[in-house]
Amino acid sequence: MDQPRLSEALQRIAPSMAGGPANVEDVRRLSGGASQETWSFRLASRGEDRPLILRRRPDGLTERDERTVTLATEAALIQAVAARGVPVPPIVRVCPAEDGLGEAYVMGRVEGEALGRRIVRDDAFAAVRPALARRCGEVLALIHATALPGLPPLNTAYALDELERYEAIYRSTGLVRPVFELAFRKLKRAAPPTAAPVLLHGDFRNGNLMIDPRTGLAAVLDWELAHLGDAASDLGWLCVNSWRFGVYDQPVGGFGAYDDLLDGYQAAGGQRIDLAAVKYWQMLGSLKWGVMCMIMYSTFASGADPSVERAMIGRRVSETEIDLVNLMEGRS
Amino acid sequence: MIANPTADELLAAVSDFITRVAPDLKDRDVFLARVSVNALATVRRELAAGGAAGAAEHDRLMGLLGHADPGDDLVRRLGDGIRDGAFDDREAELLAHLKAAAIDQVRIDQPNYSGLQAALSS
Repeated sequence: MDQPRLSEALQRIAPSMAGGPANVEDVRRLSGGASQETWSFRLASRGEDRPLILRRRPDGLTERDERTVTLATEAALIQAVAARGVPVPPIVRVCPAEDGLGEAYVMGRVEGEALGRRIVRDDAFAAVRPALARRCGEVLALIHATALPGLPPLNTAYALDELERYEAIYRSTGLVRPVFELAFRKLKRAAPPTAAPVLLHGDFRNGNLMIDPRTGLAAVLDWELAHLGDAASDLGWLCVNSWRFGVYDQPVGGFGAYDDLLDGYQAAGGQRIDLAAVKYWQMLGSLKWGVMCMIMYSTFASGADPSVERAMIGRRVSETEIDLVNLMEGRS
Repeated sequence: MIANPTADELLAAVSDFITRVAPDLKDRDVFLARVSVNALATVRRELAAGGAAGAAEHDRLMGLLGHADPGDDLVRRLGDGIRDGAFDDREAELLAHLKAAAIDQVRIDQPNYSGLQAALSS
């Protein structure tokens, strides 16, 4: 949908969102992924000016990545965890079909910075960085304690399910990466026993966290990969070196220490999670990200996306290989 | 064979050109120009170091696999062997090779990657 048509559709629902006469202004497409469109706009009414975000599924996208939830589910999950005290953007409207926006919802725009590189490096965030890892632990414990009855249907994926899925994807490329072969073998043999499932964010990492330079974690974003599974997986994913943006010695997102994350998790009512479990999921995370980079490259190789960016993503696979080797040799 | 300009000189010249015109590009093309410059830098590093890295990898693989025909796809044979458990009791030896291969590859692909410094510092 182009900008003018989208603006018209938003204008039609503006009075309903504002509870009175209102205008939609400054509608802009933000950079977003292939499976999601993100637009920002302002809702102006009676001297009030509210910054909002529209998330919508692009037109003509027929195939759904089976890992992703619908936008209605995403909105329902955000509302469920908000009730538990998880910082998330406020949901303003889950758009029914008659809004003419397709599968979509509107949420409040939370101020802050989500670019990982800035969060781990800029002086503006130096004051909030030391407390971030603990806060992430607390917030993950709150998410994981969400009561499952009443939530929309969600996939369940434990370690062996994830390994099976990503190994099939890896094999489908026909390419051979011996480090990945060893990682698959080791992770399958060391798979943790299946515990009671918890609600997982599924993509809880530096880059999906809105950070306020004064108050720290302002909102947890991008819930499209939410599913049920092993609590330690969300913690491990946050520690994958790919999301540390060069700050290797701060394993939690490039801003904190393992102990702070685990202490925060326990302090907020979570179980004590072993560092070994976090590192297991960190290794699985590096492997997953490596396979995802291979798949993104294969869209270049097949001609589906001939951009130089897609080609070069294939040269990031070796980053995950060296991370896997480091983990196998006991470095964090 | 024509030696000059060298392949490296040509790549450097193209890279400089892209860098110079990049500010005049629009929107996403600015980003893609930067990626293009990175791609050329990767090719230059591969031209400089790829041959030696490939030869060293080949020597290590011949030692690790034994009885290999030098014409075989040794990387595929290694991958299959790992998958079948053939290296389960030689993991230290296997890891030493994988580490050396990963270091050489990241030096070409992303020489500033933090995981490379970590691997080299131990």
